[in-house]
Amino acid sequence: MTAPTALPTRASHKPLPAPQRPRTSPNKFLKRAPVQILIAILLVVEIYPLVWLFMGSFKTQDEFLNSPVWALPQNFNLDNYVEAWTTGNIATYVGNSLIATIPSLFLIVLFGVAAGFALEVLVWKGRGTVLLVFLAGIMVPGQMILLPLFSAYFQVGLTGTLWPLIITYTATGLPLTVFMMATYFRAVPREVFEAAALDGASMIRAFFSIGFPMVRNAVFTVALVQFFFIWNDLLIALTFTNNADLSTIQVGLLNFTGEFGAVQYGPLFAAICINVLGTLVLYLFLNQRVMKGLAGGAVKG
Amino acid sequence: MNNVLGDKKAIVVLLGPALVVYTVAMLLPVFWSAGYTFLSGNAITGFTFAGFSNFEKLVTDPAVGEALWFTLRYAVVITIGQVLLGYMLSLLYVFALKRGSSLIRTLVFFPVVLPTVAVALLFQKMFEIAPQNGLVNSALNAVGLGSIDWLGDGSTAFLVIVIMDLWRSMGFYAVLLYTGLVDIPDDILESARLDGARGLHLLRHIVLPLSLPVLLSSIIFSINGTLKVFDSIVALTNGGPGSATTPLTLLMFRTSFTYGDYGYGSSIALLLTILCLVVTLFIFRSSRRDLTKD
Repeated sequence: MTAPTALPTRASHKPLPAPQRPRTSPNKFLKRAPVQILIAILLVVEIYPLVWLFMGSFKTQDEFLNSPVWALPQNFNLDNYVEAWTTGNIATYVGNSLIATIPSLFLIVLFGVAAGFALEVLVWKGRGTVLLVFLAGIMVPGQMILLPLFSAYFQVGLTGTLWPLIITYTATGLPLTVFMMATYFRAVPREVFEAAALDGASMIRAFFSIGFPMVRNAVFTVALVQFFFIWNDLLIALTFTNNADLSTIQVGLLNFTGEFGAVQYGPLFAAICINVLGTLVLYLFLNQRVMKGLAGGAVKG
Repeated sequence: MNNVLGDKKAIVVLLGPALVVYTVAMLLPVFWSAGYTFLSGNAITGFTFAGFSNFEKLVTDPAVGEALWFTLRYAVVITIGQVLLGYMLSLLYVFALKRGSSLIRTLVFFPVVLPTVAVALLFQKMFEIAPQNGLVNSALNAVGLGSIDWLGDGSTAFLVIVIMDLWRSMGFYAVLLYTGLVDIPDDILESARLDGARGLHLLRHIVLPLSLPVLLSSIIFSINGTLKVFDSIVALTNGGPGSATTPLTLLMFRTSFTYGDYGYGSSIALLLTILCLVVTLFIFRSSRRDLTKD
């Protein structure tokens, strides 16, 4: 629970400290009312669709067709979830997503942080140019690299495996990671590494035993952001997994309506729900880091 | 000391892997893809040299014109919506909610991390008309209005896309702009208040100018993202009805993988890339100029 502690400290130095002249209370209440109503509307708009989705995931086909859409489900049995998980292959899709996501994340972090270190802490000619070359990658749309990669994977014989996804995710995740890590390393004093060198550590050693641990928190934030990008990706997964056994959860979900027929509401709602709930739980645990990480990545992009 | 920090071996070992992967799987493909624009055919059937015919087709093809028009319309509408709603939310966080804003921010941010495909399917069901009325049409019926075939008509489908994408993303822009607003020094706001600036006046003359840099980076980020829109549209309308909601990204995908025309597909991708580059540089330059003027 980082939420209640981390942000109020930030916000609390902001509100008008000096002239909080006491106003008459009814006047103040009237002034607050529009804000309260606005917030209430906001919360309904943000949350109700998700509640509706959640309720729908428990309804039977009969309830979908014969009760009003906002009715609560008659009972909370898990039949729809079981059906989605087994018949709907959601288990396979989640497995594929994990197999594609975890190695990609590992490689992005390892390569990206090392490159950020080499580009920011180490001193050499041309490092500014190389950083710019990485930066340019942030602007390139995925569509621009799809076809050559598709041909290359086909010729090398990687189609039919999840390797194309791992390689492509790693490559597309690197620009933002390298750039953000270079920015974080800027804040670490050079003297730390010079001292390590005086003690006889090589720069490779200094990176692994000093540099990497020092930016640990930033690494975690960046990895989290990259996780959401990769987990939620559709374009790359759709291009390189033309076989249902290799589909990631997003591709599987997209084709889900097809498998069950458009009218099988319950399992479809359950499948969407599995996808949404998993992400939400992760987000609720780590929301401050996710927000900061995404915002940090955005300003630089 | 620079000798140690300039250790050649360390540079190769640390930068090497990232540079190799990035070059092989991203940089080279960009140029390779640009090369495809002069060919026709695909990897399986083989390529033939096509000269500039792909570019001629690009200019005359009505599908490209339609997709370009949709992409631009979408980018402009969503960017304005995202930044405007985000800015209003961030003002709400900073000036109206203060201490309690953390919880609200967390909740409004929810949809940002949700998988787009899942959100799109949810909205598809909410705006559904057949075989069963969705949430929106049921609500319309309840107040005595008729159902609308939201996704069956180009203009209402565009509206649903806009509603969904704003719902998904406004919390993100709110947080982004919030970080900019929090950085405004308190004493400036204080002295403006002492000089009698209140409400809209304070916003117009103090808050807005001071948050201009973060507003501009939000706009750059938003345009860059919206020009590349793919997931949400594929999952919500799949470009339809007809081709009414097909952006350049989806047209490129179809041309390449459904019709197997890599050369023409690459030309569309190149058009998109140039569009992103030009827009980003243009806004970046104009924002630079504004900043130096201050």
